Amino acid sequence: MTDLANRLPPYARAMGMRIEGLLDGAPLLAMDFSDRAMGRPGYLHGGAIAGLLEIAAIMALHAELGEEDAKVRFKPVNISVEYLRGGITVETFARGEVIRAGRRIANVRAEAWQADRTKPLASCWMNFLIKPKV
Amino acid sequence: MDSTPQSTAENGGGRPPIPQDMAFEPSRFGKFMMKHGHTGFVGMEYRAHGPNWIELGLPWREDLVGDPETGVLASGPIISLLDNATSMSVWALRGGFRPQVTLDLRIDYVRAATPGKTIIAWAECYQLKTSMAFVRGIAHDGDIADPVAHAAGIFIQVDADGWSREPETKA
Repeated sequence: MTDLANRLPPYARAMGMRIEGLLDGAPLLAMDFSDRAMGRPGYLHGGAIAGLLEIAAIMALHAELGEEDAKVRFKPVNISVEYLRGGITVETFARGEVIRAGRRIANVRAEAWQADRTKPLASCWMNFLIKPKV
Repeated sequence: MDSTPQSTAENGGGRPPIPQDMAFEPSRFGKFMMKHGHTGFVGMEYRAHGPNWIELGLPWREDLVGDPETGVLASGPIISLLDNATSMSVWALRGGFRPQVTLDLRIDYVRAATPGKTIIAWAECYQLKTSMAFVRGIAHDGDIADPVAHAAGIFIQVDADGWSREPETKA
């Protein structure tokens, strides 16, 4: 988990994202509410939610690749976010689920929630292109 | 605008409510936006607008990087920029501010952003209906013919009631 935490990029750290451990086998991301994440008054910015979903998806893929992770680089190809509820000014969690990690493409879904995991704020799918490190 | 209170840690980082009757003047709105909340943190800037479009900028910054090895910006701030640009394009077409929320937003990353360069987002509202506004946008780093990302999304027009709220108070 320490290794994964070291992979959090500067953007994730600046937004106050951290890895809280594993949840059902995938890294659990947490982000405290701060002014940095505020959109319309009293609610999380959609971009901040999408940013957290993306980091959760990326961390889930790092974890899923395991030993292979050191040998490859991957980059996001696309993302589609659906917003389900307004995010309020409390702690937010997110978890990614690798649907398939092939040789070239990985398909990952992620969900974000606040107090109640069964009431997600937003979900997304993301596709990644995987390439061997040169 | 000068009289708007600054956000503080004490009030949960709340930015002041936007007056419901606020005329939408994009450059003024842009200056308001830049000071507060997430848009203020990532450093969005107003650049230009037209009848149904808007252009915003996001200067490169080290703490917004997604890949420390290359210095390429994280995609999160680019989504935020496209979210705001597409959202503001609706108000540009409507000719006034009206509360709306993002239903969905899709981004295709066609190439990595060039490290050190400002990202520019151009977005338009191409259909405005009673309940839904359909938007699309392009992010580039200097040449719109060589984009970094494409966006497509939908905003739902909502009632002012419940659109904004007081931040949670610390227990």
